[in-house]
Amino acid sequence: MADVPVTAGDGVRRRDFLNVAAVSFAGVGAVAAISPLLVQMAPPADVLALSTTEVDISKVQSGQGIKTVWRKQPVFVRNLTDKEIAEANAVPLSELRDPQTLAERTKAGHTNWLITLGVCTHLGCVPLGIGEGENKGPYGGYFCPCHGSMYDTAARIRQGPAPKNLFVPDYNFTSPTTIMIGAKG
Amino acid sequence: MSFSWARPYDPKHPFMRWLDERLPLPRLVYGAIGGGYPVPRNLNYWWNFGVLAGLFLMIQIVTGITLAMWFYATNDGAFNSVEHIMRDVNAGWLLRYVHMNGASFFFLVTYIHIFRGLYYGSYKAPREMVWMLGLVIYLLMMATAFMGYVLPWGQMSFWGAQVITGFFGAIPVVGEPLRVWLLGGYAPDQAALTRFFSLHYLLPFVIAAVIILHIWALHIPGSSNPTGVDVRDEKDTLPFHPFYTAKDGWFAAAVLLAFALVVYFAPNALGHPDNYIPANPLATPPHIVPEWYFWPFYAILRSFTVDFVLPAKLWGVLAMFTSILLLFFLPWLDKGPVRSGSYRPMFKRFFWLLVVDVLILGYIGGAEITPFNIALGQFAAAYYFAHFLIILPLVSKYEQTLPLPKSITDSVLHGEEQESAPAGVKTGKKTTSVAS
Repeated sequence: MADVPVTAGDGVRRRDFLNVAAVSFAGVGAVAAISPLLVQMAPPADVLALSTTEVDISKVQSGQGIKTVWRKQPVFVRNLTDKEIAEANAVPLSELRDPQTLAERTKAGHTNWLITLGVCTHLGCVPLGIGEGENKGPYGGYFCPCHGSMYDTAARIRQGPAPKNLFVPDYNFTSPTTIMIGAKG
Repeated sequence: MSFSWARPYDPKHPFMRWLDERLPLPRLVYGAIGGGYPVPRNLNYWWNFGVLAGLFLMIQIVTGITLAMWFYATNDGAFNSVEHIMRDVNAGWLLRYVHMNGASFFFLVTYIHIFRGLYYGSYKAPREMVWMLGLVIYLLMMATAFMGYVLPWGQMSFWGAQVITGFFGAIPVVGEPLRVWLLGGYAPDQAALTRFFSLHYLLPFVIAAVIILHIWALHIPGSSNPTGVDVRDEKDTLPFHPFYTAKDGWFAAAVLLAFALVVYFAPNALGHPDNYIPANPLATPPHIVPEWYFWPFYAILRSFTVDFVLPAKLWGVLAMFTSILLLFFLPWLDKGPVRSGSYRPMFKRFFWLLVVDVLILGYIGGAEITPFNIALGQFAAAYYFAHFLIILPLVSKYEQTLPLPKSITDSVLHGEEQESAPAGVKTGKKTTSVAS
């Protein structure tokens, strides 16, 4: 026994190393065991499978809007009038909390089609203003009844607690009268 | 438990002696809530509310287990299953109304219990751990109540879930993925409903476990009392059983009577009619409010309307969480050595101002948004933080406290002498003892 070195030069024993290694290994194993418990809470495949929705917009006249559903969330599709487009373009960007032009929020050649999520960026209520006769708020866009956020005709936040403009999802025009929400491009 | 004169457990029956040697569970109960726990003799009725909170937790667990036998946690079945419980299940209407209003009463007695602790300085050394475990119980209660309110899947349930999980979306960078992970989707749906049901069933048992820790920590120094003076000898205490079991028992009966009046005659008075409309993910009710017991926090959340470095939404969420988390630091914010508010004239005034302030916040949280209400809510929210962060530290440093009684017995007995004296005769002892 006497010729077996019990400690290394810096005072760390082989047993200390073995203890640390064994406990670390068990720790890695514990983290690996917890991970399925955590990832199971993420959206399942059937929810992700609803990632695109095709919408026929041929019936939406100028000045009208429709409410549709994408990923279980409401989506506003609005056919802006020339007056509403002019109002949106007349606002200087410096006045906006989340500066974006109407052109940045629509597709080239389809600037009259404003497609946004119908989810207030404050706490997720559905704003009013898409349906016939609903309160559009003082800026002519949308008005959230929960905490009084007001959006303009480009669905940009103008007043109230919401931090961001209404979110513009990925979409493209598959034909002049059909859009595919959720599709890139 | 903690005092040398606590009566030892001495089982008389041979079976109890046999059991005591093998599993001393009756000994544990005797020492915790029986004749073996000496309690200050001068507790007033404000000390009844802890036991009442435990009673309402029991009521919630018992009615909740029976309701779960009939509830379907599916997004197209939940609402109907609750209506089925209300209309067809035998005594289902009673079980559900008891569960619904039991939550409100649980919060009501817990709020009184918390404010009693605030007034009498129950959070001060050596009871800091009792106070902090109590706050943990309170946070768990809030999580449980929120998830329970989502289960009937009415309009308020759905939009409450949307708004509350929206808080997490306010966190920079990780907020939105975190929100989606918590909901198991992009909006509240089947995944959220099922997991809320699972956790709503689990958390009450976690609360029960933390209550055991809360009582354990309490029994190290023993209960506080209205004078805040430490127990000195056996004369200052009475055994918990039969004295406080009897007092708690009769008062619980009185509160249950009030509870029965609400359950039988005004079961929906504390609820919101919109929750009898099935959840509609495409239409938000015009006026979303949480249950009354969350109103003060909702008012703080809504007080932030202007961006300042961070977005207003993030400020609101931070302030709301901070309003509770800062209470964990209360034992170190109020360092005054005198515990009871009865001997702290300046503290007492500010305490009642805080009570009024929280009531105002509660009113604002449930009211419609008007410019006046927003301004009042902002003022009340600012005062709430000022109370704990500025006023309390200053008061505890500069206030002149009143002389404390020599002992608990001293504070009580002179009153008894006055009571037993012939009518109209002043013994005068009470005033001299306070002045000494």
